[in-house]
Amino acid sequence: MKIASSISRRLAQRLGFSILTLMALLTVAPIIAVIAYIVYQGAPAISWGFLTGFPSDGMRAGGILPAIVGTFYLTLGTAIFSVPLGIGAAIYLSEYAADNRWTRLIRLAIINLAGIPSVVYGLFGLGLFVLFLKFGISILAGSLTLSIMTLPVIISTSEEALRAVPQSFRVVSISLGATRWQTIQRIVLPQALSGILTGVILGLERAAGETAPILFTVAAFFLPRLPNSPFDATMALPYHLFVISTQVPGMPIKIQYGTALVLLIFVLSMNLIATYIRSRARARRQW
Amino acid sequence: MPPTSAHARVPGDSGSKPMNKIVIEHLCVQYSDGTESLRDINLEIPANAITVMFGPAGGGKSTLLRVLNRLNDLADVTELSGRVLLDGADILDPKTDVITLRRKVGMVFARPVVLPFSVRGNLTYGLELAGEKNRARLDEAVEHSLMQAALWDEVHDRLDDPAISLSGGQQQRLCIARVLALTPEVILLDEPTSGLDPISTGKVEATLQVLKQQYTIVLVPHSVQQAARVADLAAFFLQGELIEIASGKDIFITPKDKRTEDYVEGRFG
Repeated sequence: MKIASSISRRLAQRLGFSILTLMALLTVAPIIAVIAYIVYQGAPAISWGFLTGFPSDGMRAGGILPAIVGTFYLTLGTAIFSVPLGIGAAIYLSEYAADNRWTRLIRLAIINLAGIPSVVYGLFGLGLFVLFLKFGISILAGSLTLSIMTLPVIISTSEEALRAVPQSFRVVSISLGATRWQTIQRIVLPQALSGILTGVILGLERAAGETAPILFTVAAFFLPRLPNSPFDATMALPYHLFVISTQVPGMPIKIQYGTALVLLIFVLSMNLIATYIRSRARARRQW
Repeated sequence: MPPTSAHARVPGDSGSKPMNKIVIEHLCVQYSDGTESLRDINLEIPANAITVMFGPAGGGKSTLLRVLNRLNDLADVTELSGRVLLDGADILDPKTDVITLRRKVGMVFARPVVLPFSVRGNLTYGLELAGEKNRARLDEAVEHSLMQAALWDEVHDRLDDPAISLSGGQQQRLCIARVLALTPEVILLDEPTSGLDPISTGKVEATLQVLKQQYTIVLVPHSVQQAARVADLAAFFLQGELIEIASGKDIFITPKDKRTEDYVEGRFG
């Protein structure tokens, strides 16, 4: 009786583990399938001419250079606005702010900012930056819109990275005659840098791949030249992909998937950089 | 150190008795969460001696240490009254320059906390913040402070190694050296040997005996035995009150207060 129950218990245990393993594998399966399918369909389209050429024949042929350059500019523009603002806010929240009604309100705002649908950001950007501030349909308006969307990610990951630095470092530093700001500069920020960078890259990666926020603020349907000022509109990869997948009849499937592949590589390589930074920092961490 | 201020108290009875470096008058401290507090503390801490503050946990010893270099500014203190005179100047005065004060009054914590730098980086950190850029002077401070903390022989060839690679005992002596590098006048130690083995503890205590010739040392020991070993002056704290103070070993052999006696003999705490 005793032996039988112990066997059945072991069996239940093994069954439980198998189910959990299967579930873990199932979460990996879709991403592998997606990547594999896009590579399979899109790889034949990739060529030097595709990456460096302009679209032709109503976008049914030629390259996607303006969209690649546009996405690069938008990501850069987003970084310029959201990185200093996000890290600054995170430093304030983690190092200076007392726990009171005011900071709780700020935190609540950040959490809610993260929950807003991206198309709402797009409309907001249209209203504020494009129309009210008269930036027009431009890289500037698009970058600012994407920045607002990216901020919550950057703030919360940066704040988490700052808080992970042991409190004892701060106390010791101050006991040695450092000011709060010197402590942040010399100890807290350097120790939190890898975590902050990871958050920044993940935030920008999301910005690079979004369609809705740029829809009304920057993206051009077709613009066969490169933008040459922040007040220019531009093509961008995600919007271009949307356009050629839904708006252009007789579009070769190869070009659609080729465009998707380029966007995927753009975003995944940012992800890889973030992973690399994080693992290297973890190996060198001294606490 | 000669008395430099009109407030400095020079004992009248004999010229050989050292002057008091720190004079605490009617000090009251209360934290907002009500955890640990100090009630009307009056204490004179002599220069060039080891003053030990002992007693059960929660008695206010660490709080008092943290008042002495204003580290309690970081805590949520709701009440802070009385005077703490360092060389006659009240350090609780809002006009006190706390940065200068903390360079003058160094603190060694219970757990050795080495900063995430090299051994050398830990030692030069405070000096660089104070504006010292001269490489030769920094090197000299590194060597001198390590000598004083009896650590030079062990680490002189690993100055550029990460400080975290040192053993626990070495790390704690590095923390002492780090305070010494700033050439302070007072050294506060909060149970500095609580995490150390007996051999490392012995080294730290021997180091303190040498250091007291130059510095004013205030120590919260991690046991009554340690208090008895190192004290020139011993103060017994219980629940935020200073119960008894006596010089040398007297308090451990012939305590005057019943509560001190009970604690020293191990009946509680």
